[in-house]
Amino acid sequence: MTALAPRVPTRFLPVLATVALFVLAFGVGSARYDGFASGQVIANLFIDNAFLIVLAAGMTFVILSGGIDLSVGSVVALSTMITASGLKAGWPVPLVIVVVLLTGSTLGLLMGLVIHKFDIQPFIVTLAGMFLARGLCFLISVESVSIKDKTFRAVATAAIELPGGVTITYNVVIALLVVAAAMYVLHRTRFGRSVYAVGGNESSALLMGLPTTRVKVGVYVISGLCSSLAGLLFSLYMLSGYGLHAVGMELDAIAAVVIGGTLLAGGVGYVLGGLAGVLVLGTIQTLISFQGTLSSWWTKIVIGVLLLVFIAVQRTMVRR
Amino acid sequence: MKNRLLWPLLALAALLLLNLAVTPSFFALRIQDGHLYGGLVDVLKNGAPTLLIALGMTLVIATRGIDLSVGAVAAIAGAVTCVHIGTSDSTGTALAGMAIALVLCAVLGLWNGFLVAGMGIQPIIATLVLMTAGRGVAMLVTEGQIVTVNNTAYRQVGAGFVVLPVSILISLLVLGLVAFVTRKTALGMLIEAVGVNPEASRLAGVRSRTIIWTVYVFAAVCAGIAGLMISSNVSAADANNAGLWIEMDAILAVVIGGTSLAGGRYSLTGTLIGALIIQTLTTTVYTIGVAPEVTLVFKAVVVIAVCLVQAPKARAALSFRKVAVS
Repeated sequence: MTALAPRVPTRFLPVLATVALFVLAFGVGSARYDGFASGQVIANLFIDNAFLIVLAAGMTFVILSGGIDLSVGSVVALSTMITASGLKAGWPVPLVIVVVLLTGSTLGLLMGLVIHKFDIQPFIVTLAGMFLARGLCFLISVESVSIKDKTFRAVATAAIELPGGVTITYNVVIALLVVAAAMYVLHRTRFGRSVYAVGGNESSALLMGLPTTRVKVGVYVISGLCSSLAGLLFSLYMLSGYGLHAVGMELDAIAAVVIGGTLLAGGVGYVLGGLAGVLVLGTIQTLISFQGTLSSWWTKIVIGVLLLVFIAVQRTMVRR
Repeated sequence: MKNRLLWPLLALAALLLLNLAVTPSFFALRIQDGHLYGGLVDVLKNGAPTLLIALGMTLVIATRGIDLSVGAVAAIAGAVTCVHIGTSDSTGTALAGMAIALVLCAVLGLWNGFLVAGMGIQPIIATLVLMTAGRGVAMLVTEGQIVTVNNTAYRQVGAGFVVLPVSILISLLVLGLVAFVTRKTALGMLIEAVGVNPEASRLAGVRSRTIIWTVYVFAAVCAGIAGLMISSNVSAADANNAGLWIEMDAILAVVIGGTSLAGGRYSLTGTLIGALIIQTLTTTVYTIGVAPEVTLVFKAVVVIAVCLVQAPKARAALSFRKVAVS
C-alpha cells in the first residue's frame, strides 16, 4: 500500500483497504478449504447478498448527506409482504412492482419531509418509520405468505449462464445495475454532487445556492426506493412475504457502508465502498459456513471487530 | 420546565383514560398476600427495565451521545449470571453471579467510553460495534442455548415482591439516586455543559472526558441491572431475544420526555413519563384487543406526534403569534 500511496489519491484508500480485505479474506478461504476458490462461490456471494447490495447503495446516499436511515430493513419486510399478498390476490406482476416501489418511495419522501421541514433528528424519524413499516406488515398479515405466482417463480429460479459454468440470478443483474445507476447519479449529476456538498457542510452548501431541501429530502426518497427494490429482490430470493423478514438488516447495511469507507459524518465515501463492504460481510459468512465447527454467532463478533478496525483506521486518516 | 412536560403528560393521561374507558377496573388496586396488584402496577412492572435503561440513556444523550449497545449489554448480563448460577439454588451464588455480571457491564461501559471519549469516534458508531458484537458474545457465553435456572434468590430481582414488585422499587431507587446526584451536586450541570460544547467545557476546566466515560459506564450498569430483571423474571437467559430493541424503546422514552438528541439539556421526570407512555401504549394495545404486532404502528404514530409537538419549527407553524415574531 505504501508503494501505491503516492499515485493513488488518499480519498480512495479506505475503499482500497476494503477491497484488499476482501481479497485477503477470500485468499485465506481458498488456501484453507477445497472448492472455496471457485467462480460459483463468488457468484453465490452476489446471489445471496443482492438485496443487501441495493440497500447499501441507497444507504450510501443518506449517509453521504449526513443522515441515517434505520427504516430500510422494515421497508424490505413491508415490500415482501405487499408483493406476496398482492400476488396472492391475483394482481398482475407489473402492478405489484409499481405499488411496492411507490410505497417505499412515499415512505422515504414522508420521512425526508418530516426530517427537513420540522428539523427532527433523522435517527428518531427513521426509527418511527421502522416501527411503522413493520407494523404495517402485520396489519396486512401476521402469518408468512408464500408466493406461488408462476411468472414470479420463473424469474426467481431462472439462471443466467456465465462463461466457465458459473450461474447467477436476475437479482444479481438488477443489483449491479442499481450500483451503476447510483454511481452515475452521485458522480455525474448535479444532484449527486450536491449530496456530497450538503454532507460536507450544509451551511456552506446553502450559501453556495445549492438546493439543500431537494438533496436532504431526495436522499431519503432514494433510500426508500432502494429499500423497496431490495424488498422485491428479497421476495424473489425467499419466495415469501413475512413481517419478520429482514429484522436488523438496517444494521448490516450501515455496517457494510461503514466498512466500505464511507464516513458517518457525511461527505466522504463511494457506492463501490458499500459494495465491497457487502462482499466482505458475505465472505465472512461463507468462511464461517465452510469452517463448519464455528457457530453462527461468531459472524456477529467478527463483524463487530471489523467495524471497530475500520472506524479506528478511518479515525487516524481523518486526523491526518 | 412544566410547559415542556405538558404534552407528554397529556399523552400519558389520554392513554390511561383510554384504558379506563375500555377496562373500567384498570385503576383498581388490590392487596393479596401483602402484594399490590392492579393495572397500574403492571404498567410499572413491565416498564421497569425500559425505565432503568432510559435513565442511563438520558445522561448519555445529555452529553450529545447515544448508546445503541444497551440491549446487547442487558443480554450479556443475563447470560453471565444464569451461566454462573447453573443448577445452584444458593443465595451466595446468585449474588456472586449478579456481581460478576455488573462488573462486566461496567467494563463494557468503559469500553464504549474509551471509543467515544478516548478515540473520538461518533457515539452511534462506537456503540454499534458493541451492539453487533455484544449479542454474539452473549450467545458465546450461553453457547447458543437458552439457559434456565431455578434460584429463589435470583427470582426476587425480576419477579419478587416487597408490597410492590422489586423491579419497580429498584428502578425508582435508581431514579431517585440519579436525580439526587445530578441535581443536588454540580454533576448535572457539568453533564449539560459537556453536551452543549465538549471543547468549551474542557477549556473551562470541566473534565469532559471523565464525564463522558462516567455516563457510558452508568448506562451500561443500568442496562446490566435491567438485563438481570428481564432474565430473572423468566428465570432464563435468552441471548437472542433478551432486551431486543430495548435500546430503541429507551431512546424513544428519552426523546418523548423532552430530552434533546442534540444534547445539553435533559429531564429525568420527562424520561420517567416517556418510559410510562411507551409501556402504557403497549398495555393499551393489549387491552383494547388489537393484535399485539400492530403495537408498532401505534408507537410510530405516538412518537411522531410527540416529536412534532415538541419541535420548535412545528410549534412555530402552529402558532400565529410566533410566526408573526419570526
